[in-house]
Amino acid sequence: MTTDNPASSIRSRISGRVVPVRGDDIDTDRIIPARYLRTVTFDGLGEHVFEDDRASSSHVFDDANYAGATVLVANENFGCGSSREHAPQALLRWGIQVFVAESFAEIFFGNCVSLGLPCMKAEAADVDRLMAAIEADPTLEVDCDIAAQQVHFGSDHIPAVVPASSRQQLLEGSWDALGQLMDEPSAIEAAASRLPYINGF
Amino acid sequence: MSKNLFEKVWDAHSVRELSSGQTQLFVGLHLIHEVTSPQAFQMLRERGLRVMHPERTYATVDHIIPTDMRDRPFLDDLAEEMMVAIETNAREFEVPLFGMHDQRQGIVHVIGPELGLTQPGMTIACGDSHTSTHGAFGAIAFGIGTSQVRDVLASQCLAMEQPQVRRVEVNGTLGEGVYAKDVTLHVIGALGVKGGVGYAYEYAGEVLDRMTMEERMTVCNMSIEGGARCGYVNPDETTFEYLEGREHTPKGADYSRAVDWWQSTASGRDAEYDDIVKIDGGSIPPTVTWGINPGQSCAVDSNLPRPEEANGDGASVAEALQYMGFEGGQPIAGTPIDVAFIGSCTNSRISDLREAAKIASGRKVASGVKALVVPGSHDIRDQAQAEGLDEVFREAGFEWREAGCSMCLAMNPDKLKGREMCASSSNRNFKGRQGSPTGRTLLMSPAMVAAAAVRGVVSDVRELLT
Repeated sequence: MTTDNPASSIRSRISGRVVPVRGDDIDTDRIIPARYLRTVTFDGLGEHVFEDDRASSSHVFDDANYAGATVLVANENFGCGSSREHAPQALLRWGIQVFVAESFAEIFFGNCVSLGLPCMKAEAADVDRLMAAIEADPTLEVDCDIAAQQVHFGSDHIPAVVPASSRQQLLEGSWDALGQLMDEPSAIEAAASRLPYINGF
Repeated sequence: MSKNLFEKVWDAHSVRELSSGQTQLFVGLHLIHEVTSPQAFQMLRERGLRVMHPERTYATVDHIIPTDMRDRPFLDDLAEEMMVAIETNAREFEVPLFGMHDQRQGIVHVIGPELGLTQPGMTIACGDSHTSTHGAFGAIAFGIGTSQVRDVLASQCLAMEQPQVRRVEVNGTLGEGVYAKDVTLHVIGALGVKGGVGYAYEYAGEVLDRMTMEERMTVCNMSIEGGARCGYVNPDETTFEYLEGREHTPKGADYSRAVDWWQSTASGRDAEYDDIVKIDGGSIPPTVTWGINPGQSCAVDSNLPRPEEANGDGASVAEALQYMGFEGGQPIAGTPIDVAFIGSCTNSRISDLREAAKIASGRKVASGVKALVVPGSHDIRDQAQAEGLDEVFREAGFEWREAGCSMCLAMNPDKLKGREMCASSSNRNFKGRQGSPTGRTLLMSPAMVAAAAVRGVVSDVRELLT
């Protein structure tokens, strides 16, 4: 098993320990409360991740067993609500490099792809099995294989889908879309000139 | 088979296919605000890039600004730093900025339509999930993250995957005391908070046909709360009438030609959809949320669900009831409130204020309730004052504020304290959303917020309409 070179933008394989975040519909206000959006950078967001949830009850992000985890496993509709990129930025700065969940909210998913953070989708029963294995042994290392769309843990593994376009971007290291978007300015101008509200009605 | 609006507009804005299989989509209008743009401008600086189409980009300030006083520097140093950042960025990158004292300032999703910037057949992006609001005009409008704000600034394009399209038809006639807010809460409740993931919603049917533009904006605004990144209504005479004469609307012969093109972007009569859902508008009640996501709602005259009766959703129901301090089976009406908030990109337009003022008129805010009305823009504030609505609200005991996002998301001084319970015309009832980590939000129509304010408890607005 080889993991990606951290200096490379290719995301084909990410290994590490897991933090299981149980519950559906975990919104981005919970991931990073709005008061921390009063900033002109993304620096320092990692220390405030899930801050209010952590203050209200015991939370996996405060559990020493999960310190240093790089894989976040969640249930349905993870990252719903506000479009704030501060949410994946905060999780990235805490140390998360890959997400495995039953499903993701769309804007959160897009933000993750823009940051080179793979989002892998797995069946509910498989997510549950993975979470249970981690809760039984938090030291368990998992291997997220983006190319093969599988997550291996111990002697077990689960299928985990990475939708085709994002998989391609992660595997070829083209998840920072701006380079490609600026490749052909003449094509952009041609498209604009076909639009009556730009070129005149 | 003809195409639906989404397919037509998508095709018209497609630049090319990218190696990932995504579409490079041209963005016709880019709206920016102070919270999600500073890092994007910084990324441009780091890469030595300019804004490709500053004339297709408009900036305003709404999220962090105080709504009670406008003096600079702000008391909050962090908010002041963000204001300075957007002012500097707008100047350096030559993007027009509607600053705090500009007559055109307001909540970004309120002013786009108001200024006629938002038009049918456009693609519109903004670093804010409620960008779907602009879909009310027959535009494809969606929220994006900051890296994508950078992409649009630098290339006027996004790398996007084409979603499926679900037609949500609301037919029949809405009952008394039932507003656009109730329609959108009902749709979210029926289809679920993740029901729209992967879809754009085309709202249609007799109820939408009869709605004003402001009502359609309320419905489209909350698409994202149902998981759909964008929602739209086909443009029609109501749309064109709203737009005619606005600052950025084409004038004279251009206007007639624009209307022709706008009409051509509407879904064909025999257009195909990936899914169609039909809802009887007559069955929609005045609706209130009782939980911690916008799908957890019920009729104002009904009782809360019990976890043991929730189909496979018992854990979510139990978690929500516990956070809210409610018991399963209790009636929602009669719930005491501490704060009443009328405002936000969902419900801060002139018709919202008029409906709320009808309820507030001649009544008093209940003792112990803090009530505030925050118009969505300078223009709306002026219009309301010209109609005397500010006096109605003030006499009833509401605070009358300047335009901004205010207590919808509490990035500014307007916040809940402790466990306060807020009747709110905004769009999210997430844990901690309104600024206190333990604060509680009940979403409802602006008229029903006014009803809760004067009664001091959640109340059926129909009882106050007679």
